[in-house]
Amino acid sequence: MGELIKVGMADMNYISSPGVLTTLGLGSCVGICLYDTSTKISGMVHIMLPSSIQIKNNSNIAKFADTGIKKLLDDMLKAGARKNKIISKIAGGAQMFNFNDSSDVMRIGARNVIATKETLQALSIPIIAEDTGGNYGRTIELYSETGVLLIKTIGYGTKQI
Amino acid sequence: MPLSIDDLNSTQIDVLKEIGNIGAGNAATALSKMIAKKIDMDVPKVNILEFKNVPDLVGGPEIAVAGIYFKVTGDITGSIMFLLDTISAKQLTNLLMDRSESQDSLDDMEISALQEVGNILAGSYLSSLSVLTGLTLVVSVPSLAIDMAGAILSVPVILFGQVGDKVMLIETDFFEGSKHVKGNFFLIPDEDSFEILLKSLGVI
Repeated sequence: MGELIKVGMADMNYISSPGVLTTLGLGSCVGICLYDTSTKISGMVHIMLPSSIQIKNNSNIAKFADTGIKKLLDDMLKAGARKNKIISKIAGGAQMFNFNDSSDVMRIGARNVIATKETLQALSIPIIAEDTGGNYGRTIELYSETGVLLIKTIGYGTKQI
Repeated sequence: MPLSIDDLNSTQIDVLKEIGNIGAGNAATALSKMIAKKIDMDVPKVNILEFKNVPDLVGGPEIAVAGIYFKVTGDITGSIMFLLDTISAKQLTNLLMDRSESQDSLDDMEISALQEVGNILAGSYLSSLSVLTGLTLVVSVPSLAIDMAGAILSVPVILFGQVGDKVMLIETDFFEGSKHVKGNFFLIPDEDSFEILLKSLGVI
């Protein structure tokens, strides 16, 4: 199975096969997995916020959907991944707490998912599977040998996408 | 440019820590009155730490925890979160319902009790802040979630993440006899509220 590499919050990493990338306890954040089906180079980024624009403290590019996904793609291409073979799978973007009003702050999970999809579309990367929304946390594992994304939850079972 | 928690000087940090101490003390008193038993408390630890390291405080991002979340409005806006590991949550509900043991999972009654005690703790914490600053603060109804620590913590971390890379949390240990409740308070002022808060405390 190869080594297991953890990707923290507002963090990113990529590996060559074999190996597993994981991020633990995704809530309103979104985990974006990029996978090159030809070379099996696999990447994961754990974003917290939709956009780096209008945020002054934006030095950590892995924190934002717009800059994080772009940087991960660039890094993977430098490592030998082929742009036209890259697909994506996304998970997370839950709303952990329910309030009656739907202020922007509380809808951050949904906004992260929308921003992620827009960024992937702008980069012409197809999203072949997703497990987003809901009100529960997720741990995800990306298996570089197969491209399978395993999603674990507390009380909502385990699934593969 | 709005002030972020990353830019605080040591005086400002000390003042925030002191508020944490007073607030936690009042919270313990409120809890003690509610259950009509003596509650002991360790000196609260007030930490300002990088958000990356926060889930480790409760045992890792995949550990199940209970989070009670409140919105704050009034002269400043922001949020408060009270976080308990599931053992502490269970101890706390046992304390409230005056029993020693029960099944592992929390039933509806216990969840409701937990929200209520969260309400009282957050309320007493906020009222100390209000008295010290002279600011009017209103706390919302609580919302409770029991899930992975990382997922629950992503909410305050994202809110903080818009203003900086660090969070302020107040770690409080309550004791009643052999029962030990370890709780973490996160104080999360919105972007412009941080400056108002420090100004009203006279440290800016």
